[in-house]
Amino acid sequence: MLARWLLVVVALVVPAVAQADAFTDALGKLASEDLDTVRSGVQEIASSGEARALGVLHALRDGKLKVDGETVVVEDGSKWKRASDGSAITPAAKPRKVVANNAVRRAMAPAIARLELTSKDVGLRRAAAEELRRGTPPEELAPVLREAYKTEKDPQTKASLELALADVDLASADSAKRFEAVRILGDRGDISFKSKLEPLVERDADGNYREKDAKVREAAADVLSSLRWKELTNRIVGDVMYGLSLGSVLLLAALGLAITFGLMGVINMAHGEILMIGAYSSYVVQLLFQQYLPSSFDMYIFVALPVAFVVCALVGILIERTILRFLYGRPLETLLATWGVSLALIQTVRLLFGAQNVAVTAPSFLSGGWEMLEGVVLPYNRMVIVFFGALVVAFVWVILTRTRLGLEVRAVTQNRNMAACMGISTARVDMWTFGIGSGVAGLGGVALSQIGNVGPELGQNYIVDSFMVVVLGGVGKLAGTVIGAFGLGIINKLLEPVSGAVLGKIIVLGLIILFIQKRPQGIFALKGRAVEG
Amino acid sequence: MNRSLGAVMLALSCAASFGVGCSKPAEKGEPEKTEKAADAPATTAEPKADATGPIKVGILHSLSGTMAISETSLKDVALMTIEEINAAGGLLGRKIEPVVVDPASDWPLFAEKAKELLTRDKVAATFGCWTSVSRKSVLPVFEELNGLLFYPVQYEGEESSWNVFYTGAAPNQQAIPAVEYLMSKEGGGAKRFVLLGTDYVYPRTTNKILQYFLKSKGVAEADILEKYTPFGHSDYQTIVAEIKRFSQGKPTAVISTINGDSNVPFYKELANQGLKAEDVPVVAFSVGEEELRGIDATPLVGHLAAWNYFQSLDTPENKAFVEKWKAYVKKANLPGGDKRVTNDPMEATYIGIHQWAQAVKQAGSTDVDAVRQAIGYQTFRSPSGFDIKMDAKNHHLHKPVYIGEIKADGQFDIVWKTSEPIRAQAWSPYIPDSAKKVADWTYPWACGNCTAPKYVN
Repeated sequence: MLARWLLVVVALVVPAVAQADAFTDALGKLASEDLDTVRSGVQEIASSGEARALGVLHALRDGKLKVDGETVVVEDGSKWKRASDGSAITPAAKPRKVVANNAVRRAMAPAIARLELTSKDVGLRRAAAEELRRGTPPEELAPVLREAYKTEKDPQTKASLELALADVDLASADSAKRFEAVRILGDRGDISFKSKLEPLVERDADGNYREKDAKVREAAADVLSSLRWKELTNRIVGDVMYGLSLGSVLLLAALGLAITFGLMGVINMAHGEILMIGAYSSYVVQLLFQQYLPSSFDMYIFVALPVAFVVCALVGILIERTILRFLYGRPLETLLATWGVSLALIQTVRLLFGAQNVAVTAPSFLSGGWEMLEGVVLPYNRMVIVFFGALVVAFVWVILTRTRLGLEVRAVTQNRNMAACMGISTARVDMWTFGIGSGVAGLGGVALSQIGNVGPELGQNYIVDSFMVVVLGGVGKLAGTVIGAFGLGIINKLLEPVSGAVLGKIIVLGLIILFIQKRPQGIFALKGRAVEG
Repeated sequence: MNRSLGAVMLALSCAASFGVGCSKPAEKGEPEKTEKAADAPATTAEPKADATGPIKVGILHSLSGTMAISETSLKDVALMTIEEINAAGGLLGRKIEPVVVDPASDWPLFAEKAKELLTRDKVAATFGCWTSVSRKSVLPVFEELNGLLFYPVQYEGEESSWNVFYTGAAPNQQAIPAVEYLMSKEGGGAKRFVLLGTDYVYPRTTNKILQYFLKSKGVAEADILEKYTPFGHSDYQTIVAEIKRFSQGKPTAVISTINGDSNVPFYKELANQGLKAEDVPVVAFSVGEEELRGIDATPLVGHLAAWNYFQSLDTPENKAFVEKWKAYVKKANLPGGDKRVTNDPMEATYIGIHQWAQAVKQAGSTDVDAVRQAIGYQTFRSPSGFDIKMDAKNHHLHKPVYIGEIKADGQFDIVWKTSEPIRAQAWSPYIPDSAKKVADWTYPWACGNCTAPKYVN
């Protein structure tokens, strides 16, 4: 059936090429080692329009097309088939893969799309029409598109084809056709049409408009101005979304510190290293999954979270019990001691895992993105991190306000002596608070492992940002940390397109210095005796 | 603390070379005794150079800090090469003894350690440095004390020193051919270029050269987008979105001089925002096998890198080189084990040490001045399968250029190569100020940075 369809199209379009040997010739070109020959082979296979062409191109796309001497063969499991007629073959030597580079792959997508345009599967047809629309379709494809447009029933595919044809018609000699094309593109209103319409309102070197017909020119100018406006609003929305995403990363990095530094007042220079240990925990969990549970590999992230929390909490408790508890109330020594701890932790990880970064593979459901608006793609991993950040904040909030431990923590924070008089074991509370703070940092580490590098120096990249967020937000206030993180994220991302990433960062630092000058207590000030004490 | 760390590293390296020195001759069936005897002085720090003891050479690579990721394998391959030369009988009847120091990714410490190597250890030559800033930091030391430095990493050019031999690529041996490839039909016929880099001297200078180059090829100012990010930048959302917008309308390519660590988030963001290598190829100058070893390479598949060597090169010489490296990794029990790879700067280190050894043989001495005069005549059969020549005039290697496409396993498919090695241009002809300058250390010029010869007759 498919074959007949294809033959009908071919017979209508390129009767001369429909000989069987055109296909065989083209197939022979794929055996070449010259990439340019391979590329023209791909194009010729597509325009041969034969039924078997699609199978060959799919095999090429999936890396299953190989060359055995002079023969092009398709790998099918452990069996081999001739690409020309599908008959079984036993290759003489180990067949080599058909060479492909970006140019070949670039030729492949429209070639496959062109053949799939006549597929019975609506989904395939839609994708094919969309693919052909994306690039400017070449002149020779116009008859194929027109034919497909005439017979197409699916409205979505038809719309894509209409746009593709409008694109072709923009270069038409008939001004009515050009006008109609501009109208169609304007109705759809994709920002990507901007570059296609711009030539219509440009003047050439002599100052004459390239587009002779004033009506077409005016229509194009109208469409262009609305596209420009759309592009601007999309950009601003995009920047705010990116800012939220950056803010959530900062928040996750800083939340643990908001507890250990914010509530306990420990200047914890080892905070970054706790993040790093959290990231390494997810690496180890991932390795175990690869080894023992490869079938449910994607689930490793859900195991990594509690593991990282527990591991980091234990490391935190160990640090608190062995070092920090002797240093409470001596900020300078605490700073030096925790800095020493951070160096020791970095070196330990280097010895255990090597100085190289380690590969943390993101679960497959976290790769890719959702196109919210044209030109604004929100990657899934970033969206999940925003959501996860909210969860962790909720978790910390519940612990601090809805549990007995939280009550004790707040009591000790506000007035240590009074709390001790009331029978609270402040040493025990200190230990648990530091443990929870470190555990939360571990959760942040898992999140960071999904978007960046995991290496011994991971923590160093986040320590300054973390302190910045906590200090800006106001020491000791959870809400301050949240607002500080998102504020920094959004300001950073709004500045970045204007000033560049390097200058943007400097401006943000400058702004923070000014802000802290005006308001040393941060956005939210803590009221109570702790402030004076 | 640094001093004691250096001492520990020294002791470790001596122990390592001792250990491996013992096992190698056993395989080759050579007498074991001479090898041991020659390596023995390594453990007793002998300060003065005499004509009978081992020849000391310095290995100046960061083994800790941020650059340890890249530089550690250069130290390893240097030790391997030295062991190889020793196993073949050494130099002038003497063994080579590596002195490994750790400048800890700290640029001023590089200068200190270089001084230590030259004055305390009296090394005959030093192999080291990675970042341009570390090279700039040791340069005055080598020039003042008349040492010899072999610098194995691709760099921005605009330099030629009497005391340095550059075994990595100059811009015309990496960046320019890569851009020419992108502009060709085969490479996608790019008309718009994004120059994206980390904010430091190498990307800034390379991009300056590329700006001039692109304009000389008729690319308009509006079709070039130059962007920098700070060190360790990890949030590329805005930049990728901007590249996406910029790439609409004309075929676009990204030329990335992003430094090691930031590459992963950058490529991840490209993949997540759906920008494929077919649409907008990224060609990187600092991404090689070693950098890809530590990461999940799936988001990078199809993107490009330009180098003078790839592990996947199909030559008998390279096969032997890779096998030698794998065997060495196993024997020395290096971390990473069978996942260790070879890369371009490692090949450059290997060539550099061999050419130095050849020059020592020719000069019949380890004297710096004698070796320097001899080295310009050396060719060495490199793993890439070419007879690589050291240019006596500008102290750079003639190198072949390859462009590879990243595969999912972190290796490269070679998609383009030069038919023969290309001579380095130390001074870029595209920058008007540099075009006038000449790097020529032969008579009558004898100058690395002049517009007129030093000696006029």
